[in-house]
Amino acid sequence: MAVVTTSKKACSVNPLKMSQPIGGSFAFLGLRGAMPLLHGPQGCTSFGLTLFVRHFNEAVPMQTTAMSEVATVLGGHENLEQAILNIYNRLEPEIIGINSTGVTETNGDDVEAFIRLIRQKHPKLEKLPLVYVSTPDFKDAFQDGWGKTVARMIEMLVAPVDTARPRDISRVNVLPGCHLTPGDLDELRTIFEDFGLKPSFLPDVAGSLDGHIPDEFTPTTIGGIGVDEIATMGQVAWTIAIGAQMRRAAEAMQVRTGAPFRLFERLCGLIPNDEFIAFLSQISGRSVPWKYRRQRGQLADAMLDAHFHIGGRKLAIGAEPDLLFDLSSLLHEIGAQVSAAVTTTNSPVLQRVRTEDVLIGDLEDLEELARSRDCDLLMSHSHGRQAASRLNVPFFRVGFPMFDRLGAAHLTMVGYRGTRDLIFDIANLIITDREANHGPTPDTWRSSCGGPQLHPPQLH
Amino acid sequence: MTSLPTTIQDVFNEPGCARNASKSNVERKNGCTKQLKPGGVAGGCAFDGAKVALQPFTDVAHLVHGPIACEGNSWDNRGSASSGSDLWRRSFTTDMSETDIVFGGEKRLYRAVKEITEKYDPQAIFVYQTCVPAMIGDDIDAVCKAASAKLGKPIIPINAPGFVGSKNLGNKLAGEALLEHVIGTGEPDYTTAYDINIIGEYNLSGELWQVKPLLDELGIRILSCISGDGKYREVAYSHRAKAAMMVCSKAMINVARKMRQRYGIPFFEGSFYGIEDSSDSLRQIARMLIERGAPAELMERTQALIAREETKAWAAIERFKPRFAAKRVVLITGGVKSWSMVSALQEAGLEIVGTSVKKSTKKDKERIKELMGQHAHMIEDMSPREIYKMLKDAKADIMLSGGKSQFVALKAAMPWLDINQERCHAYMGYIGIVKLMEEIEKALYNPIWDQLRQAAPWDEFDRMRQARTFAQMYAQAADPVRDASKNGVNTISLSNKNEASGGESAIAAHGLNLAKPCTNSTARCVACKDIRSDLQPPALQAAE
Repeated sequence: MAVVTTSKKACSVNPLKMSQPIGGSFAFLGLRGAMPLLHGPQGCTSFGLTLFVRHFNEAVPMQTTAMSEVATVLGGHENLEQAILNIYNRLEPEIIGINSTGVTETNGDDVEAFIRLIRQKHPKLEKLPLVYVSTPDFKDAFQDGWGKTVARMIEMLVAPVDTARPRDISRVNVLPGCHLTPGDLDELRTIFEDFGLKPSFLPDVAGSLDGHIPDEFTPTTIGGIGVDEIATMGQVAWTIAIGAQMRRAAEAMQVRTGAPFRLFERLCGLIPNDEFIAFLSQISGRSVPWKYRRQRGQLADAMLDAHFHIGGRKLAIGAEPDLLFDLSSLLHEIGAQVSAAVTTTNSPVLQRVRTEDVLIGDLEDLEELARSRDCDLLMSHSHGRQAASRLNVPFFRVGFPMFDRLGAAHLTMVGYRGTRDLIFDIANLIITDREANHGPTPDTWRSSCGGPQLHPPQLH
Repeated sequence: MTSLPTTIQDVFNEPGCARNASKSNVERKNGCTKQLKPGGVAGGCAFDGAKVALQPFTDVAHLVHGPIACEGNSWDNRGSASSGSDLWRRSFTTDMSETDIVFGGEKRLYRAVKEITEKYDPQAIFVYQTCVPAMIGDDIDAVCKAASAKLGKPIIPINAPGFVGSKNLGNKLAGEALLEHVIGTGEPDYTTAYDINIIGEYNLSGELWQVKPLLDELGIRILSCISGDGKYREVAYSHRAKAAMMVCSKAMINVARKMRQRYGIPFFEGSFYGIEDSSDSLRQIARMLIERGAPAELMERTQALIAREETKAWAAIERFKPRFAAKRVVLITGGVKSWSMVSALQEAGLEIVGTSVKKSTKKDKERIKELMGQHAHMIEDMSPREIYKMLKDAKADIMLSGGKSQFVALKAAMPWLDINQERCHAYMGYIGIVKLMEEIEKALYNPIWDQLRQAAPWDEFDRMRQARTFAQMYAQAADPVRDASKNGVNTISLSNKNEASGGESAIAAHGLNLAKPCTNSTARCVACKDIRSDLQPPALQAAE
C-alpha cells in the first residue's frame, strides 16, 4: 500500500498540475454545439484554449466573461449576462457550459443566482441549457474539474425517468474519465457495438476533437453528445464509469435515474479488460465475439514479447491519479518497478498504486526522485520533456497536454488492442534507447571505468 | 514607486505613439485597448503580455504568484531561443491554495523566492502578480523589496495582473517594471562606439541569429536585447548603449522612449522582416551610431554589406518566380509585420488578393492601396465563417496568418503558413525572407491538396442514389398501387448523417434494394451499370 504525501514546498517548480476550470471546459467540449465559458478574466480562457489547441491541433471553441478589475469590484453579473447573450446571438449554441475561476470564486459571485436573474430578464434564453459548475483554480486539479462538471451535467440535463417503465436493455451510459482520448472512446464504442450495445458517451470528445473535417464551419463544438441524447440517458439498463474520478458522476446518474453503475478503475491491461469484456458479455447476454478472443491472445503475446524489455525497468511517472494508477499498474504487471510516482490531486486509487510512496507534487519532484532512485523510464505529459533530456532517459508522453508530438487524440490504451499497441510502443522506445545510448564498448565492464556513467545534473 | 493605476494611465498616454497623439484627451484616458466584450474575446490578458515580453530573459527565474491556472496552464509555450542558460524555460509558481487566499499569500511568496534562490541561484527573480493575489491585497512590491534586501539578489516585481487589461498593455507594464527596477542598475565591463540595444525582439525560433552575424561583421555589438536571448546583467547596463532599434510594432515603445528621455539614447522603429526593411534598419543603425560618434566609414561598410546581401537574396528569390506565377495570397494577421515582406512576396510573383486591416492605421491603409492597387480586398474584421467560405470558394491559393485562423484554412483544404509568433521557422533578414518563400512553395505544391479536395468516391454515388430514390418515390406517388406494396424504399435513409449513425442495417437495406431488381428485370440492369460507373473515382478535381 502506497503512502500518499503532499509536497511541502512553497514554490511549485515545473508544475504537473493544470487547473480545474479548464478540466470543466474540456468536459463541455465533449457536447455537441457547445460553448464552454469561463467566468473570469480573459487570460483564464486564453491559456486553456491555447493548451487545447496545441494538444489537439484543432480549432477549439471557448469563451470568457472577460472580467476586468472594475467588473470584479462590481461583481460579475453584468459580464456573465453580456457573455451569454453575445454567445447566444452570434453563435447559436445548443448549450453554454459555465465554469468559475479563481477570481470569481474569490469574489464570491453567486452564479446560480445570476443565471436565474438572466433567465427572468431574457425569456428568449428559456430553451438554452446553461450548466454552471463551481471550479475555483486554487483547489483541486484538472481531473476534478472534469468529474464535477460531468456530475453537474447529469443533474441538470438528464430527464427524470418513470421507474415503472421498462429500461432499454440495449443501451448503456458510458462516463469516461478525462484521461481517455478520442481514440480510446472510439475503441470502446466499437467494443460496445460488437456486443450489440448502444453506448451514450458523456462527454464524447471523440465526436468533437477527433480531427474530422466538418462539412460546414461551426463556431461551437463540431460534434459530441447532443443535449437531446443526454436527456434520455436515464432509460438505460447500465451506466459504466471509467476511472475513479467518475464515481461522483456515476452516483449522480444512479440517484437521478435509478440506473445501476459499474465503475472500472482501469481499462488498460489484461485482467482489467477480462473483467470488462466479461461484464459486457453478461449484460448483453451475448457470448464474447471471436474478435476479442483473438485480441486477448494478441495482448498476451505482446506481453510475452515485451517483458524482456520492460521487465526490471525503473519507472518514474507523473500523471493525474487515474492515468497514473492505470499505467503504472500495467507496467508493474509486465515486470517494471514503479520507483517514482508523482500526481496532482488526491484520489482513493493512489493508495493502491504499486509502489512505496506517491507524492502530490510537481515535475521537479519527479525529476529529483527519478535521479536519486536511478529511474530509466520516464512517463508524463509533454512538460516532462525538459526533465527527460536532463536525466537522459527514454521519455514516453502520456496524458494531457501533449503539445510537441502529433496524434495525441488517437493514442489508444484501452481494450486488448489498445493495451497491446501501447506495450509495443513503450518496448520500442526502450529498445531505441538501448541501441542509441547503451551499446557495449570494450570499456563498458572494465572496473576502472567506475561503473555506469552518471550524467551530471545541469543546473541551468 | 507609483501605483498600478497611475502606471497604466501613464502607459496609455504614450507620446511616442503616433496613434495616441492623434486622440482627444477623453479617448486617451480610455486607453488604447478596446473595451473587452464578454463572450466575444479571443486575446490574452495583461499577465500573459508581461510574461511574453520578459520570459525570453534566459538567466532569470520567472516566478508567477497566483493559483495554478496562470502558470500551470501556460508554461513552456514560447519558442524563444537561448544561447546559454535554460533557466527561463523552467516554471516557478506559488500555486496558491485556498488557505493562502484566506490568510494572504505574501509569506508563501517570500518562502518561494527563498527556495528558488537556494536551489537555482539565478541572476534575478521576476515576480509576476496575478489577479487573485491582487484582489486579496498581496503586496508583491513589499515582498520583493524585503526579499531583495535579505537575499542580496534583485527580486523584481512585475505588476501586471491579468484583469487590468490586454496582452498589449501587459507588454508595456513589463517594460515599465524594467525601467523602474532594472535598467540603469548595472555597468558594462567596457563600452564601444558600436553598442546598440534592440527593444521588443524576442528571438523566436532564434531568428535574431539570422541577423546577428551581419551586425557582428560590421562590428556592431548588441549591448542588450530586450528581451530575446537576453541576460539580466545586459538589461541592467543597457542604458550605456549609443542607439536603439525598436522592433515588433509598439509593444515596448514606452521603454524606447523613456530610455531616450532619461539616457539620451536615440531610437528608431525598424524591422528585419523583408529585404528593404532589413537594409533600412542596418542603415539606420549605422547612421545613428555615426551621429553618436562612431567613425563615418561604418556607413560605407554597411552599404557594401547591404549591396552584397541584397544581391544574394534577390538572386535566391528569382528561382521562385515561375513557381509563384498567378498564385494568390490572403494575409490575415494582427498587423503585417513588415510592408517590405509584402513587397518581397510580390516581387517573387505572388499576388496579394486580400489583407486584414483590423489593426491598421489610416496611413497603413493608404500604403496597402499603394502596394496592392485600388482593388486590394481589405478585410476589416472577418469572422472565421467568412474566411472559411472565401477559402472554400478558392478565391485564394494560400493563406498566411497567425495560429488562430490556422484550422479555418486547413479544414478548408487550403495551404496555410504561420507568420505570427507561434511559428517554428525563422524569417528574419536576408536569409529569412528566402526561407519564407521556400515554406510558401512547399505549402503550395504539397501533393496533399489535390487528394484532400477530392470528395470520397461514395459521396457522388450517394447523390446519384438519392436522386434515383426520389425519382422512385415520385413515380410511386403517381402510382398508388405500387406504393401500397411497400418495396422497401421507405427504409432508405436519405441523409448521410443518419446513415453513419444508423449503422449496418441501413447499409444492408440499401444493398438489398439495389441487388434485388438486378436479377429480375433487364431494364433495371441499366441502372446497375450506372451505379458501377458511379463508383469509378472522379477525375482529379479542384475544390467544389
